[in-house]
Amino acid sequence: MWAFRELLYFLVWRDLKVRYKQSFLGAAWIIIQPLVTMFVFTLFFNRLLGVGSGSDLPYPIVTYAALLPWTYFANSLSRCSTSLVANKNLIAKIYFPRLLIPVSGVLPGLVDFGISFLLLIVMMVVYRIPPTVEIIFLPFALLLALITALGVGLWLSALHVQYRDVQYIAPFLIQIWMYATPIIYPISAIPIKWRWLYSLNPMVGVVQYFRRVLLGDPTFGGLNWISVLITILIFATGLLFFYRMQRTFADVI
Amino acid sequence: MSSIALRIQNISKKYRIGTVRHDTLRDQIAHIASLRFRRTGNRIASDGDEIWALNDVSFDVHHGEIVGIIGRNGAGKSTLLKILSRITVPNSGRVEIFGKIGSLLEVGTGFHPELTGRENIYLNGAILGMHRTEIERNFDDIVAFSEIEKFLDTPVKRYSSGMYVRLAFAVAAHLDTEILLVDEVLAVGDTAFQRKCLTKMDEVSKKGRTVLFVSHNMATIQSLCSRGIYLNNGQIMYDGTMIEAVTRYLQTLEKISNEDLFNRTERQGKGIIKLIKLDIMNETNCIVQSLPSGRPARFVFQLSDILSGTVCIFTLYNNLGQRVAIFNSAISGARDNEDADIGSKFICELNPLLLTPGRYRINVAIEGEGELQDHLEAATFFDVGEGNLDMRPVRYSSSVNVTLPHLWISPRNI
Repeated sequence: MWAFRELLYFLVWRDLKVRYKQSFLGAAWIIIQPLVTMFVFTLFFNRLLGVGSGSDLPYPIVTYAALLPWTYFANSLSRCSTSLVANKNLIAKIYFPRLLIPVSGVLPGLVDFGISFLLLIVMMVVYRIPPTVEIIFLPFALLLALITALGVGLWLSALHVQYRDVQYIAPFLIQIWMYATPIIYPISAIPIKWRWLYSLNPMVGVVQYFRRVLLGDPTFGGLNWISVLITILIFATGLLFFYRMQRTFADVI
Repeated sequence: MSSIALRIQNISKKYRIGTVRHDTLRDQIAHIASLRFRRTGNRIASDGDEIWALNDVSFDVHHGEIVGIIGRNGAGKSTLLKILSRITVPNSGRVEIFGKIGSLLEVGTGFHPELTGRENIYLNGAILGMHRTEIERNFDDIVAFSEIEKFLDTPVKRYSSGMYVRLAFAVAAHLDTEILLVDEVLAVGDTAFQRKCLTKMDEVSKKGRTVLFVSHNMATIQSLCSRGIYLNNGQIMYDGTMIEAVTRYLQTLEKISNEDLFNRTERQGKGIIKLIKLDIMNETNCIVQSLPSGRPARFVFQLSDILSGTVCIFTLYNNLGQRVAIFNSAISGARDNEDADIGSKFICELNPLLLTPGRYRINVAIEGEGELQDHLEAATFFDVGEGNLDMRPVRYSSSVNVTLPHLWISPRNI
């Protein structure tokens, strides 16, 4: 894997290079996506439906802090899940560790994350929210989001080689997943007796941890560690599954 | 003999045919359901047959050897290269590789149309397993070889197909691994570029590298390789000198051609109509095995039936397996005829026969209803004997297959 790091670099570089070719707004799309989503959520859910942030933090910034990892996760997962089939000619004709392909699916999103993160800093200045010490754990939070996307992505991409249903399931799954994650609403909206069940969703932990690290959101609780464990479980089983399936990729794809 | 580069021990590879490869969950569920209610004696269509693409193949390759692999379509050549390049794994057996291995199973794998020529050189280089420093060192060579200097910063989607393959081959040609696996990538570009590619391949083979080379071009493979392996139905039929391997391969083709066309099973196409007989006739309408050069000849193709838009195509090959000429009934000429009483026949008349003495092979393809109906390799062989063209003798000459009508204007010889 290490011997092929240059190929990984070039695959990610190709993705970044090609992504906004022939688009008028180009890289501005990186910011537009979460920003517009935040406005829409604030307008409809906060203003019209009266959904709160679960603490004294303003709703827009709490939502944005959740949209940062969520957008990264959703985009990475959808890229990752179809990545093997999208690169089928490489898989059929060239040898390299197959794992590079899904891994290269979750890396370009980090650039987008970095850019959207700058906007969060602007918002923190506007809302006068001082950063907490815990911000030093941001890389860990990001790693957690990456591992979650990659773990699920490994499962879906390997399944996609055999079952093309995945390309229909993935967008649908991501959409439903968003409603099952505290982005629009605070985690306090979930009744306490159901929190443990809710925490089985690995993205709950990721989103909560981001809010904690970035804004000092007080709603992060011990139950969220269940999510972290689930993430690790999905990632580990995803790797095993991928390694088992990859022997036949070139024959089946 | 030097040390071993590749050790291939008893490898076998099984493929399922007749199955829908891209199973959807629905198919899978339907399949499981159909297994539940399996009717006896009623074969389920989606139950695939298995074929052994490779069956217990073993051989060693030493460092510095240039090995040519030949065989008919489906003989297992490409599967063998895929296993050696670790793209796919065999069902049984093992492969040991001693040294850095690189494979060129296709030119331009991973080229991205939106990226420029320069960017694609780096990307494709990395995909083939070159290091960045290696690509940078060879960059100027690659560009010079591909002859696309002016378009280096143009996206390759704007390239002509010729430019595209030239660039792709140029990158591939600079892959510098100890062991190289090559699958017929030479058949790209125009003739001048093909010659350049061959020269490059020759250079590569002289540098003491180990090369495994798959090709259908018997002349190329004989000029490049010293050792030849002839595969048939997934098994090694012969492993020895390249010349002997080619001879045996062509002999087998000849043996097959003696079988009755009607009974031949190794054919491709839909099969609604088939070629059932191919007769070669001389000018007196006698069926012959041998034709004189410079005289009229007739090739009579008897089909089982005629469909709408039936087309008869045949190709002549010389004894080195090189293509000499192709004839296509769909490309009409002023002197072509239609004959309502001919039955299910196509007749191609060559007047005069402009082939030089030697042995020739015919491949035939029959199309109908817009699809390939029947394709036969080595439908028949025939000989061309010495003859006259415009009263000038036509004699045997090695590596020449065609004679042309001509005249000389010479100075007076005193």
